Order: sequence, then structure tokens, then C-alpha cells
Amino acid sequence: MNETAEQCYHCGQPVPQGFQYRVCIDDAEREMCCRGCQAVAQAIADNGLVEYYRSRTAMPASGQEVLPDELKKLALYDHPDIQRSFVIDAGEHSKEAVLILEGITCAACVWLNERHIKQLAGVISIEVNYASHRARVAWDEREIGLSRILQEIQLLGYNAHPYNARQADQLRKTQRKKDLQRIAIAGIASAQVMMLAVGLYAGAWYGIDPNTVHLLRWFSLLLTIPVATFAALPFYRAAWSGIKSGHLNMDVPVALAIITAFGGSLWVTVMGGEHVYYDTIGMFTLFLLATRLLETGAREKSVEAAENLLKLQPAMALRIRDGQQEYVPVMDLLVGELILAKPGETIAADAVIVDGVSSVDESLLTGESRAVAKQVGDSVIAGSTNLEGPLTLQVSGVGENTVLAGIVRLVDKAQAEKPEIALLADRVAGWFTMGLLAFTLIVGLTWLWVDSSRVFEIVLAVLVVTCPCALSLAVPAALAASGSHLIKRGILVMRGHALETLAQVNHVVFDKTGTLTIGKPEIVSMVNSGVLDDARCNTIAASLEQASEHPLAHAFIRRVEGAILPAVTAARNSPGQGVSGEIDGVAYTLGNREFAQASRGDQSETRIQADFPGATLVWLCDTQRVLAIFVLADPLRADAQAAVAALQARGVSVSILSGDGDAAVAHVAAQLGVKNSHSRQKPQDKLAVLQALQAEGKIVAMVGDGVNDAPVLAGAQVSFAMGTGTDVASQSSDIVLLSSKLQDVAVALDSGKGTLRVMRQNLWWAAIYNLTALPFAALGYVSPWVAALGMSISSLIVVMNALRLR
Amino acid sequence: MTTSTLVFLLAMTAIFIVFMALGVFWAIKSGQFEDMEGPAQRILMDEDDPMLPVNQLDENGVANKSKLQ
Repeated sequence: MNETAEQCYHCGQPVPQGFQYRVCIDDAEREMCCRGCQAVAQAIADNGLVEYYRSRTAMPASGQEVLPDELKKLALYDHPDIQRSFVIDAGEHSKEAVLILEGITCAACVWLNERHIKQLAGVISIEVNYASHRARVAWDEREIGLSRILQEIQLLGYNAHPYNARQADQLRKTQRKKDLQRIAIAGIASAQVMMLAVGLYAGAWYGIDPNTVHLLRWFSLLLTIPVATFAALPFYRAAWSGIKSGHLNMDVPVALAIITAFGGSLWVTVMGGEHVYYDTIGMFTLFLLATRLLETGAREKSVEAAENLLKLQPAMALRIRDGQQEYVPVMDLLVGELILAKPGETIAADAVIVDGVSSVDESLLTGESRAVAKQVGDSVIAGSTNLEGPLTLQVSGVGENTVLAGIVRLVDKAQAEKPEIALLADRVAGWFTMGLLAFTLIVGLTWLWVDSSRVFEIVLAVLVVTCPCALSLAVPAALAASGSHLIKRGILVMRGHALETLAQVNHVVFDKTGTLTIGKPEIVSMVNSGVLDDARCNTIAASLEQASEHPLAHAFIRRVEGAILPAVTAARNSPGQGVSGEIDGVAYTLGNREFAQASRGDQSETRIQADFPGATLVWLCDTQRVLAIFVLADPLRADAQAAVAALQARGVSVSILSGDGDAAVAHVAAQLGVKNSHSRQKPQDKLAVLQALQAEGKIVAMVGDGVNDAPVLAGAQVSFAMGTGTDVASQSSDIVLLSSKLQDVAVALDSGKGTLRVMRQNLWWAAIYNLTALPFAALGYVSPWVAALGMSISSLIVVMNALRLR
Repeated sequence: MTTSTLVFLLAMTAIFIVFMALGVFWAIKSGQFEDMEGPAQRILMDEDDPMLPVNQLDENGVANKSKLQ
């Protein structure tokens, strides 16, 4: 066994000791880190897609285990009511849909998905766009269902969600096509005009037949008309809307320069004169369009990635009407109607329990997977998951009237109150443009008095040379470059200003549950009373928990992965307390202390509690004795320690805010070496702590994941959300850590510093260039084509400098 | 070079430019610029690997294109 055997062959994570997950690939046994990766690698090998491993250039995410429950949920996508929102009828029986693929890391992933899906019977075509991570798939509904396609993608270790191609997306696509057309026109025309211009300049030097000059000018005019009208249209529009709304933007001088140059050249062409400036128009327009396309391209990449986060969930509910059960879309539900929530299902609306006892997982709101016991009369919240028993619910709020929707509105409000840095930049640009135009006017009037024949040429040179392109590109080019660089590392910048602010951050606040910790309980220790051996206790506990949907149950089942579990008879699930059942004729109970009837004389609880603050204890007993006590706790993320250390090494102070109890928070803080921690914080308390920090003059970055963090995320100067967190948290944050690596926070901070540095350099360069070139142009030493060249080169330098950020 | 030769050459150039523009417009319209990274990478992936089950010959010597299910 060589050294690389320590790493999972599929995902590159270290292989834990003592596990044997192997798959035969390329005639060699490969080590895998978990059952998920093993399953994915096996599926890849079985389908003859091993080429993937040879061609890939980046490691995929660890394979997740496909639970039967999730497969059941996928079946909902076959429902015609659900399909209506994202499936297009491409013909009789053939359907088409756009899917978002999660987990694409390199081109080999694209190949793998295309290859595998294409060979399924009934799939007509599949095309994966590597840039946007979206797949367009067409299938024959008689032969295959959409859920089967989604399931096959999941077996390869990717996640697919139907994507509702909304109007905004369509609009962006046509816009991009239009932009490309404009560039094509400007490029083709200006290349030809440039050639003709060489003829004209050479002719002016060596002598040329006036008829030829005339001909070349007319031909140049013909070529320039589409450039000045069609290609330059966006500048006119932006300038006009700027003037109409009363503040001058950077497009005004651009539009003015193009119109002046074109009008002047037209006059000279028809009436005769010294110079035409068609080449200047072409170069100027082409270059401006190209830089803008580069900038929007990089920005759109972030927008698309952000949209990919908004998954289209099947919003179905099982309605009970006149004793009949029927699946209906959630929007058709009315207040007062009865719905049935089966164990494992997401509750579709805010409701009150009218029948049944169960516990629900409200991690959507709290970010913490913990079962909350519910009985008749209690209310449940839309988006929480029913864990144990079936619940009959009476709907009390749907859609906009749910608690969740209310929180989203709160977040929107908090966001609107954020300082608008962009607004400031706009205002500065307005003043700058005004000064520029005034200066041009003065220069023009002065030359009119000195030498009226040169006025036109000089005004044009001044307008072109001072074109604030470099200045206006200085900031967006840097933001776009570092944004697209970060996205490759799995850091999605949702709001541009975040990078500027990141550079100044000197305090980072972490949420505990789900952010510093994984958010799912794991068995961290087990105390055996000595009656049975450890393995036997584990299997008994896992067998008993098989029937339970409780989040703690998964921890037990994960612990004995792959083992054959003995059959349980007379299994009973007591929501909120535990489970009981008989194995081989012996009755066992597993649950909290009272439920498991642990003997009161046993003092071990206090001892264990001291060792594991904040842990949950689960007792396994038979009818007489305590067999074992399992200690369940929410473990820290593997990179939490390194991430906190990295931040502290950069001189950034760190604190923890959590809704959890004192002991648990203090324990985590001690482990990470964080001195400043606050426990038992409600969302409004968190916001108060944050504001106190801000009042001290700290620039605070908040890292969180739950809906309860959303208002705090929106209130911090910069906020990070974990990619595995809730949608609301992602939407209220500035930056999303798609791969949920905490160390990315430090990476983002560094990148923010780099971006700010480049932005400063760019602004300085642009200012110096403009200020130096201006007097020369005003004094008449710069001809318009030299001005256009200078403008282009200065913008190019700005863009190149920004590209260094990669 | 007489002016009439020049007119002829420029007319030819004009036709050439129109065709070029039409060609580029068609390419944009058909979506060739939508994914700027994928195709460059895709060419490196082998589709004709004899190890792929799809490419293996069955007993009749016919390429096994039957779809998996």
C-alpha cells in the first residue's frame, strides 16, 4: 500500500482508520473514505465511466449516501402539477427541462453526467453547460420519468434540481446575444475602417488622388454607420437616461465623443475638409464594448451561481377533504383545511396539530437538527420536518403569511438599511463628468478664439483622452476578477461591495451550531456498564433506532454502518422520549433517563456530563440494568480550529454567538481558543451584541447558517453563510461558502485585501493618466486617434492589473 | 490603379464583410458563445475508449449500442 492510499480515491479526503471501503478501478483496489464515496465510485465503475478518474482536474465533493427517503421525494417531481412550473413540452411525449447540477468541479464531471444520462433508455438528449453548471435534458415520458434521471445523477454523486428558467434569465441571455452582436459589428467594421485609414494616412503623407480619398472616406462612412448607430446604442441609452434622471454618468462624455466624431466626420466627408475620424469611432466603441462584456461576464457568473442556490422544491401537500387524501400544490391550500404530514415529510404550511403526537425538526429556523416534541394543540411552522408519527394538521397560514416569509421580509428590510457605497461612487462620477464637460467647453471656446480651424479636432481629442473608462473600470474590473477567482474556490460573492469591506474587517463573529459545528449530533463517546460488549450495545441501539426518524437516530445507524442488524419485534416509538423493542426475546429500551428507567443510584451521568458539556445522553437498558450510556454531541467541523487560528494570526479578533446553553458554548470556545463568547442568544440579542461591537468601531463579519442568524447576517458589515445552511441565510448574506469550508473565511479576507489594493492602484493609475494627458490634449498636441489609442491602453492596463488577482 | 478598379475591389470587400457579419451573427444566434469553457475541455475526453461497454462488440461483431436500462 503506497502513501496515496491514505486519501480517498474518489474525493481526496483522508480515509479514516479502521474502515474498509474499497472499489476496484483500473484493475486496482482503491480506498474510499465513506460509504457514499464507495457507492458513487462503484456506480461510475459499473457504468464503464472510469475515464472520469483519468481526466478530472479537480476533486469532487464526498459522495453522499442516497437515502431511500430522498428517492421517495424525487418521485414528487414526476407529478404533473409540479412539473408545470419547469417542464417544457417539446413535442408529443417528449419533455424538456433545465436542471441545476450541484457538485460540478471540472470538465470531467460534465462528461461523466452526459455520458451516463445519455445511455439511459428514453433520454433523447442532455447537454451540460460547464460555465453555468446547468443541464438541458430532453426525455420521452413514455420510457423514463424525470425522477429516474434525477436519481441516476444522484447515484453519480451529484445533486440535480429542476430549474425554473425565469424571465430574468431569458432576458439576460438575449441581452448577452445582443452584446455579442454589437461587438461583432464593431469589430468587423473597425478592422476594415482601420485598413482604409492606413491608406488615408499614407496618402496624406505621400500624396493621393483626391477622388480616391473621397472614395475611401465614403466607404469608411458606410462601414461606420452600423457602428455609430447599432453598436454604440447602449452608450446613447445610458447617457440619455442619465441626463433625463438629472445626474450625469460616465456614458455622457462617451456618447458625446462618438456623436461629435461621427457628425464631424460626416460633415467633412460630404463637404470636404482635413480629417475624418472613423477609425477613432470604431476603436473607441469596440474597446468599450469589449471591456464591458468582460466585466458583465464575470458578474453574471456570480449571479448564475447565486440563482443555482435557489432550488425549486416540490411544494406538495397531502390534503384531506371529505375523508379523501389527495396531493395538491401548496399554493392551492386554504387556511382551515386539513393536511396530513407523514413522518419524514416537510410540513407545507404553518398549522396547528389536530391529531397525532410527534416531534419536528425545525433546523430550517434554528440551524440545529434537534427534535422538538409536539402534541395536539401545538403549532408547527412551514418548512420544518415531521420526524416521528403522522400528524393531521389544520392550516393556519400559507405562502406569504407563514413565519418563514415574515423572517424573509425582516431580512429584506435590514438589507435596505445598509449603506450604499455604490451610490456614493455614482455621485462622485456625476461631479467628475460635469467638471470634464465644463473643461471641454472652456477648451473649445478658447481654441475658437485662438485658431477656429482646430477646434473640432481638439475638442474631440479632449473628450476621448479624458474618457473616464479607466476610471470607471478601475473598481468593477477588480471586483469582477476577484469574484470569479473566488467562485472557483467555492466562495460566492453575492454583493460586490462585500469585497471592499472585507479588507477592513477586524472582528469575525461565528454562530456555533451548524457553522463551527456540523449541526448534526454524532456519538462522541460511549460508557459501557460491562454487561455486554461494545459492539453488541451498538448493534442493539442501532436496531432499535432503525424505525425512528429522529435526528439522533441517524447517529446510531451511522455508527454500525454495514453491519447486519438483528430484527426488532414489538418496536414502539415514544416521541420525545425514546424507542423500545424486543430483540431475540429480550426487551430493550433506548432513550432519555426517565424513559429508559435507569436506576437512580447510578451516578455516572454527572461524571460524563462534566466531561462532555452540552452533550445529550441516551441510555440503553434492558428490563433490569443499564447496559450503556451513549454520549451524543455536535462535533466541531474539522477545519474550525485551523480557521479560527488563521483569523487570529491575521490579527482579527473572533467571538462566538450562540443560542445554546452556557456549558456547550464555553466548551466549544475553549476548544477553539476563543475568549469572547455569548450563549443563550436570541436573534435580537445577537443583533444587539453585534451593534455593540460596531459601536466600538469594529468592522464585523458574521458567519452563520440558520434562519435565526438571518437578521444578524443582514446587520453585519459583511456576512458569510454556509452553503449547507438555509436558503434564507444564504440570501441575507454577502458571501456564501458553497463548500462550507470555514477556512474560506480567511481566504476571502485575504482576497478582499488584494482586491482593495488593486482597486487603489487602478484608481491612482487612471487619475494620473487622465491628469497627464489632459493638458497635452487641451494644448493641441494629441490628435484624436492617438487619444483613442491612449484611452484604450490605459483601460487595458486597468483590466490587466485586475486580472492579476486570479 | 484607377478609381474604377478601386470601386470594384471595395464592392468585393463589402460583399465579403456582409457574409462575415452574417456568419458571426448565425454563430451567436445558434448559441455557440454560451459555454466558453466546456467545449475546449470536452475535446480531451475519449469517446472511443474500447473499455466502454457501449463501444464493446457483441458476439455478432456489431457495436453494442443497445441502451442500458
